[in-house]
Amino acid sequence: MRAYRGRALLLALPLKSLIQRFAFVLLVGAAITIMILSRAEPRLVDNLRGAVGDAATPILEFLSHPAASFASLVEQVDAALDVHAENARLEAQNAQLLKWQAVAAQISRENEELRQFLHVVPDPNASFTTARVISDSGGPFVRTVLINAGKKNNVRKGQAAITNEGLTGRVVSAGQHSARILLLTDLNSRIPVVVVSSRERAVLAGDNTPNPRLEFLAVDARVHVGNRIVTSGQGGIFPPGLPVGIVSSVSEERALVQPYVNWDRLEYVTVLDYTLPGFLPETKRAGRIGEFR
Amino acid sequence: MRAATWFERTDIQLRGLTPFVFTLLLVLASALPWHLPSFAPVTPAFTAMAIYYWSIYRPDKLPYAATFSLAMLLDLLTGTPLGLSALVYLLLQVILNTQRTFFHGKPFLVVWWGFSLVMPGVALVSWIIASLYFNALVPPMPFIIQAVLTILLYPLFAVVLSALHRHMIKDQ
Repeated sequence: MRAYRGRALLLALPLKSLIQRFAFVLLVGAAITIMILSRAEPRLVDNLRGAVGDAATPILEFLSHPAASFASLVEQVDAALDVHAENARLEAQNAQLLKWQAVAAQISRENEELRQFLHVVPDPNASFTTARVISDSGGPFVRTVLINAGKKNNVRKGQAAITNEGLTGRVVSAGQHSARILLLTDLNSRIPVVVVSSRERAVLAGDNTPNPRLEFLAVDARVHVGNRIVTSGQGGIFPPGLPVGIVSSVSEERALVQPYVNWDRLEYVTVLDYTLPGFLPETKRAGRIGEFR
Repeated sequence: MRAATWFERTDIQLRGLTPFVFTLLLVLASALPWHLPSFAPVTPAFTAMAIYYWSIYRPDKLPYAATFSLAMLLDLLTGTPLGLSALVYLLLQVILNTQRTFFHGKPFLVVWWGFSLVMPGVALVSWIIASLYFNALVPPMPFIIQAVLTILLYPLFAVVLSALHRHMIKDQ
């Protein structure tokens, strides 16, 4: 019995290592092929990502609750440490905001009157869906998040995602119950924007750093540190005027933007459904610039 | 040797799944939003720790096909270029398979030292592939910070992994 087993092993072991080596070569080949395919034909991968996102949503939803409570514990300790300074800051800010509220109410009334004088065509109202962030990119490659709302909740590829602070990014793929948001800091994010004070148009291009840059600015563009940046609405898929961020640095060759959104507290995002009916065929909308097709 | 009952056989088989299941949990942990300041881009490569450990001690329980499927899931969940992690972790595993016996019976510090040697390699290869894939120089800093964080956190995970390992081989 023992001798027989010994002989069998003599044959089985090299065979096993041969199969393993074959499996290794096969799998490495598969990984490379899939990578090239996903680069050349992103639609295939989009569908797969959507399906896997849908399948993982219940598990991630369940697990992200403890993760969120862990984070809120850290936050509470952090908040308790400087509650006095924070209070003073908020009181000062509150006083300032009350002044602004009065100004805003007056301007809004005046704006309404002027629009009536000029017979301005009103912008279509955007409907929206708010969803929870259930997964983030967890690595140095991309800046994306997964949310727990998909096609069933009217979330579609290309729509803008915002928080109460400002623009977050746009939907790049949508499953039935989940969707992936490409954050505006991602290497592949391109968003048409406008500098509020000078009405200069530009494209906000992410590069995986916290500060995306303004591209395609006119040569003589007047852009200064502190200027507000909002979406321009060009292409008709993003509503115009969504707050994006402020210009944080300007040099000879580039202008960087500090987004309003606090990426560390991205718990909920709102997806805007803003489509101008019959305006442009879906494939020609500018909200999709920079996407690999 | 008496014949094992059905229950005992199932028990041993289920214990054999430990490496796969625990690595799967770490894949999910990588994808979770931890909401920690500036944490998302430098989330430690939890999966790499598990693959390192099991490749050294129980490569039979984490075959190439398992690593491949876990890494593909990681890429799909985190939005990483599909196939990137699979490629990097398969390369990590094949290198460890040639070196694994060196670490057997060595003190923990030696195993940790080994990990601190392979992690920068993982980061460098990932960065090169990502830059080629996106056809742009991806900022390298998050890769470096991620590697350092992963190396620093390894002892913590090694405690859990070796406890699981002991539990797995008990009664076998």
